[in-house]
Amino acid sequence: MTLYIILTINSITMGGLLFLLSAGFSLIFGLMRIPNLAHGALFMLGAYFGVTFLRMEVNFWIAVIFSGVALAIIGGVIERLLLRRLAGQELAQVLVTLGLAFIIADVCLLIWTGDPIPLNAPESLRGVERFFGIVFPRYRLAVVVIALILAIGLWFLLERTRLGAMIRASVDDPEMARVTGIRVSRLFTIVFALGAALAGVGGVLSGPILSVYPGLDAEMLPLALIIVILGGAGSLPGAFLGSFVIGFIYNFGQVFFPDLAYVVLFLPMLLMLVLRPQGLFGKDPL
Amino acid sequence: MGSNVLALDGVSAYYGDSLVLQEVSFSLGEGRLLGLLGRNGAGKSTCMNVAAGLLSPRNGHLEFFGETVTEIKPEELAHLGVSLVPQERRIFKSLTVYENLAVAARQPPWTHRDPWEFSTVFAAFPRLGERHKQVAGSLSGGEQQMLAIARALMSNPRILLMDEPSEGLAPQIVMEVIDTVSRLKEQGLSIILVEQNPKLVFGIADDIVILNSGRVVLTGTAADLNPKNLDLTEYLGIF
Ligand SMILES: Nc1ncnc2c1ncn2[C@@H]1O[C@H](COP(=O)(O)OP(=O)(O)OP(=O)(O)O)[C@@H](O)[C@H]1O
Ligand SMILES: [Mg+2]
Repeated sequence: MTLYIILTINSITMGGLLFLLSAGFSLIFGLMRIPNLAHGALFMLGAYFGVTFLRMEVNFWIAVIFSGVALAIIGGVIERLLLRRLAGQELAQVLVTLGLAFIIADVCLLIWTGDPIPLNAPESLRGVERFFGIVFPRYRLAVVVIALILAIGLWFLLERTRLGAMIRASVDDPEMARVTGIRVSRLFTIVFALGAALAGVGGVLSGPILSVYPGLDAEMLPLALIIVILGGAGSLPGAFLGSFVIGFIYNFGQVFFPDLAYVVLFLPMLLMLVLRPQGLFGKDPL
Repeated sequence: MGSNVLALDGVSAYYGDSLVLQEVSFSLGEGRLLGLLGRNGAGKSTCMNVAAGLLSPRNGHLEFFGETVTEIKPEELAHLGVSLVPQERRIFKSLTVYENLAVAARQPPWTHRDPWEFSTVFAAFPRLGERHKQVAGSLSGGEQQMLAIARALMSNPRILLMDEPSEGLAPQIVMEVIDTVSRLKEQGLSIILVEQNPKLVFGIADDIVILNSGRVVLTGTAADLNPKNLDLTEYLGIF
């Protein structure tokens, strides 16, 4: 019984972290049609920035925000300087973002060395909370709450604001959006920066749970891919649901089918691609 | 006659290697309604695309409000006050009616006393007001056309480019559209109206330009070129 509870709590926590990872990936992929293979690397870079900020004795939450802002700037620059020139050329985008992923990983190795670095959860969130006799680690609870808040905020931004409507209009018909006076290229820079910022925030938040280590990027990227294929590119509800589904499959799979960990993870993705290529909530097949 | 708000001067335009406009020149006077006529494939939409910044002319240039323009982005032209109602409407189908209007809403410096905003647009197009929460893709053809026009107006343009707004609509709705166009003209907007049917245009246009195979074959005032006095069939085919 306790095992199930622990696994469930871990699954939900991981779902929250995966949402922060995959929401940006899904938006960038769904809205801009860019398969950003550097997304895992941006997540890891965010985590390492967190390491550095915390070493400078910055408050944990401020470190999370700084890291998000730093990644937004880096994401914006990547979009403006590199990806902008490759609009519509998917193979070139794949290769460039893959190359970036390698470069970022190498730079991280150079700066933060190859040893795993554990991050400390903020003082106030160490320890546990009890509900109905069940023990919840406080920090994990906070991560889930933050993911929920960000999910709602993102949904609101995209579906209920003029900026969100402009982004959706630009996806619907980019040419007509420009004729209407919408500065489409600026909006896409914002979307990319936002996606990178979310990855950065997710990276720092994952630190106290996963630690930060070389290879974190390569571990996260496939998960983001699976989630986006399950949920549907560009769909926030899809990324949300997909994240928690994968959170459960990952944690329970590792315990009950340890030898088949990858099969358990990738099988749902393969089934989805065959049976419903647009994913649960997606509009267009990949 | 006032000054020109828009002029094409010796414009040649290509799609890839195929020459679609050959040294096209004409101009739109302030507050005037110019009817651009021509049969299928004559190059009317291409003229509109050039004037909206979607297609750069390879030769020749454009003039907006007396200033010569060679390379300009469509969003910059929109901010100068050029608004396009494109052929086939191209409303944002997955957005609601309200959102379609909201993304275009702007009140530039030249906006006059009663600007186009939600209240005035919904007063002019009550159907859109009733359906403002509906997804635009689910509107009827006539309503989509009204939405395309309303969206163009929300930016309070100085020049309105309308590409076959009557295409594919029932006759009664065509009359509504034509009514709307003439009301806009009365309000002082400078308009280019692309049509295939000269009967619709001659009633309301000040000036007429006829295109054939990418060339201007006839220009003049609507009065001079009245179809009663002139055999237009050679330019326009048979109606
Ligand atoms: N995107 C394109 N690529 C290549 N050729 C095109 C393209 N769009 C139009 N053409 C060609 O350019 C010519 C002019 O087209 P255009 O759309 O301007 O005609 P039109 O006068 O608007 O016709 P219609 O009354 O059918 O709308 C046609 O021969 C058409 O086949
Ligand atoms: Mg046309």
